[in-house]
Amino acid sequence: MKAAVIVFPGSNCDRDAAVALQAATGQPPAMVWHADSLIPDSDLIVLPGGFSYGDYLRSGAMAAHSPVMREVAARARAGTPVLGICNGFQVLTEAGLLPGVLMRNATLKFICKDVLLRVERNDTLFASHYARGEVVRFPIAHKDGCYYADEATLDRLEGDGRIAFRYCDANGNVTDEANPNGSRRNIAGIYNEAGNVLGLMPHPERLADPALCGTDGARMFLSLMETLH
Amino acid sequence: MNIAARAARTAEGITPELVAEHGLTPDEYKLLVAALGREPRLTELGIFSVMWSEHCSYKSSKVWLKKLPTDGPQVVQGPGENAGVVDIGDGQAVVFKMESHNHPSYIEPYQGAATGVGGIMRDVFTMGARPIANMNALRFGAPEHPKTKHLVAGVVSGIGDYGNCMGVPTVGGETNFDARYNDNILVNAMTVGLVDATRIFKSAAKGVGHPVVYVGSKTGRDGIHGATMASAEFDEASEEKRPTVQVGDPFTEKLLLEACLELMAEDAIVAIQDMGAAGLTSSSVEMADKGGVGIELELDRIPTREDGMTAYEMMLSESQERMLMVLKPGSEKIAERIFKKWELDFSVIGYTTDTGHLVVRHRGIVEADIPLAALAHAAPVYERPITKKDPQPVIPPEEVAAPNSILGALERLMGSPHLCSRRWIWEQYDHMVMADTVQRPGGDAAVVRVHGTKKGVAISCDVTPRYCAADAFEGAKQAVAECWRNLCAVGADPLAITDCMNFGNPERPEIMGEFASAVEGMAEACRALSFPVVSGNVSLYNETNGIAIPPTPAIGGVGLIPDIAAMATVALKREGDVLMLIGEEAGHLGQSLYMEVISGGAKGAPPPVDLDAERRAGDLVRSLIRSGCLSAVHDVSDGGLLVAIAEMALAGSVGVTLDAVPSPLPAHALWFGEDQGRYVVAASPDKADAIHKAAAVAKVPLRLLGTVGGDAIGLDGEPPLALQALRQAHEAWLPSFMAHG
Repeated sequence: MKAAVIVFPGSNCDRDAAVALQAATGQPPAMVWHADSLIPDSDLIVLPGGFSYGDYLRSGAMAAHSPVMREVAARARAGTPVLGICNGFQVLTEAGLLPGVLMRNATLKFICKDVLLRVERNDTLFASHYARGEVVRFPIAHKDGCYYADEATLDRLEGDGRIAFRYCDANGNVTDEANPNGSRRNIAGIYNEAGNVLGLMPHPERLADPALCGTDGARMFLSLMETLH
Repeated sequence: MNIAARAARTAEGITPELVAEHGLTPDEYKLLVAALGREPRLTELGIFSVMWSEHCSYKSSKVWLKKLPTDGPQVVQGPGENAGVVDIGDGQAVVFKMESHNHPSYIEPYQGAATGVGGIMRDVFTMGARPIANMNALRFGAPEHPKTKHLVAGVVSGIGDYGNCMGVPTVGGETNFDARYNDNILVNAMTVGLVDATRIFKSAAKGVGHPVVYVGSKTGRDGIHGATMASAEFDEASEEKRPTVQVGDPFTEKLLLEACLELMAEDAIVAIQDMGAAGLTSSSVEMADKGGVGIELELDRIPTREDGMTAYEMMLSESQERMLMVLKPGSEKIAERIFKKWELDFSVIGYTTDTGHLVVRHRGIVEADIPLAALAHAAPVYERPITKKDPQPVIPPEEVAAPNSILGALERLMGSPHLCSRRWIWEQYDHMVMADTVQRPGGDAAVVRVHGTKKGVAISCDVTPRYCAADAFEGAKQAVAECWRNLCAVGADPLAITDCMNFGNPERPEIMGEFASAVEGMAEACRALSFPVVSGNVSLYNETNGIAIPPTPAIGGVGLIPDIAAMATVALKREGDVLMLIGEEAGHLGQSLYMEVISGGAKGAPPPVDLDAERRAGDLVRSLIRSGCLSAVHDVSDGGLLVAIAEMALAGSVGVTLDAVPSPLPAHALWFGEDQGRYVVAASPDKADAIHKAAAVAKVPLRLLGTVGGDAIGLDGEPPLALQALRQAHEAWLPSFMAHG
């Protein structure tokens, strides 16, 4: 599997994503600078976490207009899988590739901790190595992770089975206490209509190594590897 | 009106009032005129005032700092550069330093703390290292003080936002609350970076005719006279100093980091220095002086944020995220290309010369022409008078009142502001970015893996201000020992320390006495533990209206774990493991948290540190960890033995049953005494014999404490304390304090 990681000014999880991809695929991904309008032939495009452009206007807003994003959008429409992690999710919503918006956390504070997620479906190319309804542990690290969309959009996402992960407790119950940032309906990640674009706030690449006290994240990259190989 | 504006108005000449406003004494001004051979121009006065400020010249502390040991086979670079460097094998080295941002953080907590973090990261990447971990040591006033909550919120948010945006994990630190910091909080930030040992960049601008290059953010009017502010006491008017606090831009710093590292991979840089305190002045003077050359600056080429800035303002601005470099001739093009790629300002602003002078031109006028030797070496050095305090009496444990219940006292201690969980703080820091944090906040030391290897760098920040206030010598010695102990407790070989010396007004003999004693205590511990000082910072004048902070020599230590597979953590892991105490028990309650929280206030002498015993215990624990004998390790510090055990139980979510102890000591002295050089360890029962034998060989006392298991802390003769209740008490205080009132 050939993967490309897009690097914006202020991206800071680009290396982490590259390490996790290399561990899963056995080869280093292409690192693509935002000012390049050409992305090498890739089976997967990753928009990494960080603070693109300092998140100064709105998280992800400026990166969404950088030259490379026109190409990312074109590839996504053509069916190339795109994974947006944290700031990458914010960029995808700002670019209109995913619906809704990520607002300031309900606590108004940056939160960095492990959270539990319920895998809402496993019949996608991102989640085949998980069981449906399984509870997995991923870290979050964000200030603007409160997923918001209007009720109609949320209903449509639910109806189309486009919710990827929800914040939950140890038993898989979707509760207010288990919701770290105030996201509507505990949504942690969503798919686009075609199912080839996934945006999520938690960081699978940070728990993809036994030395880091967990490997639940690695299975997302293994799923992609297996499906796209 | 600020100093700059007033100064500009006084164009007619340098008046005694103007000299005083620049923080120079009449005698210092005479020294200046003698060194210059004439009256200074205004810009020259500004340049001298910052270079001769306490903050930049160390004029009060220099004579004492020389007493600290700075050598060792592991030391690649000791004090004197932007940061210290120690070898970690395989051609790699770690670069680290701790620095204070106390005065600005009190005036504007968010920006003060943020720019403190930005400044220390620049010190580290200036040397060619990629920052891999941030730490911080924070001291706030009493919780009930009206400003404390606001300061905690601002400082934590400022540290978090800067480090989080940079993508450097903030992996740990320490926080104290004490009324003696009510009007002078301390914000000490530490950064550790990783560098190829053959690619370390320094600040000596050797060679004549080399281009001097300015990169990074534009220069504005912020932070003018920040260094001077940090060299004076606070009073009621200190709030007016807000304009001297700089504003941080972590996004630009992230670009600056990547651009600098990209250029450093080329063969282009002769010398590099970040523009920190005293900005362009200090960076240009230090680079030229160390290189033994002169330097000429053309200020019309400085990228500025606003029009009409004067030479005085440009030389003294402390705008953040700026670097000064001296390049090899012909390298300008490649440097410019890299900085343009990262959308940063780049300008050749001058050249090195053979004149030995700093010459500053602006709009065709020579605004300053100063022999560098006068700035860098003619600065006054003071041997200020010192008065040392009489030692406090040692309080026998029998004289300290016993609690109604030992476990009740434990619950109160664990829920007190001193010992409660700091989760509310560190969850606001991204402590996992870079995906190498193998030991997260909450343990004895944070551990980050050296990327792509099995090595780990362990880091700990320590000092116990209660001890230092009672006895600066023993307190400082203890701070070094505790830092060393924390590194041993995770299985690291302690390598070296950086320090942040926070004290009051050095012009008062009793404060200077505290400083002198603290240096002597540190030096003794550093020597005994082979734990040299490789970098540091001094912050004096931490006092308001004549009331000083307790002496606070914060120690930041770094150690190396050769293989993170053999790393210890505090969490108890297995039911049935045995719990043991390593080290001597004397039941020392003086200055303990037990006295402070339970029996009406800490008094007496702090616990003494036997450095030989400390070393034996630490070496034993490290070797037991390496041989795989131990399942959990925790050092015994604030709060004593029972607190250490409770922390291990909470971390592992498993209880312990403690055996009855036949001891002549009162039970509360045994459980809450803060004797030094001790560790609690857990091991499977089949390892117990080997551990006993190893301890006997090492001549280290060892005692069986009890057994791991259940969901409570069980103590003979008392109803068990459920972990759930203990956790509730431990986790509740800080979030509730920050949410209410």
